[in-house]
Amino acid sequence: MVGKDDSFKTDLKRARGHGSAHHGLGMWMAERMTAVALIPLGLWAVYSVLQLAVIGYDGAVDWLQSPVNIVLMLLTLAISFYHMHLGMRVIIEDYIEHKPSRLLWIGLSAAASLLGAALALISILKVALGGAPN
Amino acid sequence: MPQVTADLQGASRDASAARTPGSRPLSPHVQVWRWHPTMVASILSRITGVGLYLGAFIAAGWAWALASGREPYERYMELLGSPLGVLVLLGLTLAYFYHFAGGIRHLVFDAGRGLNPKLADMTALAAIVFAVAATAMVFGVAFVTGALDGLI
Repeated sequence: MVGKDDSFKTDLKRARGHGSAHHGLGMWMAERMTAVALIPLGLWAVYSVLQLAVIGYDGAVDWLQSPVNIVLMLLTLAISFYHMHLGMRVIIEDYIEHKPSRLLWIGLSAAASLLGAALALISILKVALGGAPN
Repeated sequence: MPQVTADLQGASRDASAARTPGSRPLSPHVQVWRWHPTMVASILSRITGVGLYLGAFIAAGWAWALASGREPYERYMELLGSPLGVLVLLGLTLAYFYHFAGGIRHLVFDAGRGLNPKLADMTALAAIVFAVAATAMVFGVAFVTGALDGLI
C-alpha cells in the first residue's frame, strides 16, 4: 500500500532500497573466494598442527621464525575468521526472522570473529617478531 | 462492541485449536521427510561450519598461549592433549575434512555442475567417506609421531 507521504515520490525513489542493489553478490563471492583460498591453506594448517603437536614451546617459537610459516599462518587465520563470519551471517539470516535480533546476532558474531582474529594475529606477530617471553 | 468480542473469541478459539494436534492440518514437518544423502550433506555443511567457528577460537587461544610464554603454552597444550582435548580435536578434524569436501562440492555446484540427483547423492556420500578416511589418516600420523603419547 502506498502511504500518503509517498504521493510526491518518484517511482524510482519508491523502488529503491527494497530489492537487489547488486551488493549482495559481493558477500556471496567473498564466501566462495575465501573458501577457495582455504583449500590449500587448510591442508597446510593440518600439516602444521601435526608438527606443532610434538615440538613443544621452543619448537613452536622456532617454527614461527620462518617467513613462510608466519605468512601462511597469518593468512590462514585471517581468511578463516573472515570466512566463518560470512558463513555464520548466512545462518543467522536464514533462521532469525525478527530484524532487530537478527542484526544483534550478526553484530555479536562479527565482533567475536574480529576479536578472535585480532587476538590470534597479534599473538602470532608478537612471537614471529621475536617477542616471545622465555 | 459485541461483534468485536465475538471476533476475539473466534481468534482465541482458532489459536487453541492450532495447538491441539490432529485438529488442524499441519504443514510438513522435518520428521516426515525421508533422510537422503544430499539433505544430510547440506545439514552437515552447516553443523560442521558452526563447529569450526568455535574451533577457530581454540586456535586463537593457542596463539595467545604461545605469546604468553612457556608456562601458559605448556598448560594449554596439556589441555589439548587430555582425553577431552583430543576428543574435541578429533571432532574438529572430522568437521574440517567434511567442510572441506562439502565446500568443494558446493563450489562445483556453483559452477553449475554435479547437480544431477544421482551424482549429487554420490558426491554427498563421498564427502562423508573422505572426511572419515582423512581424519583416520591424520590421527594415524599423530599416533606415529607421538602427538597422542600423553593419552596412553
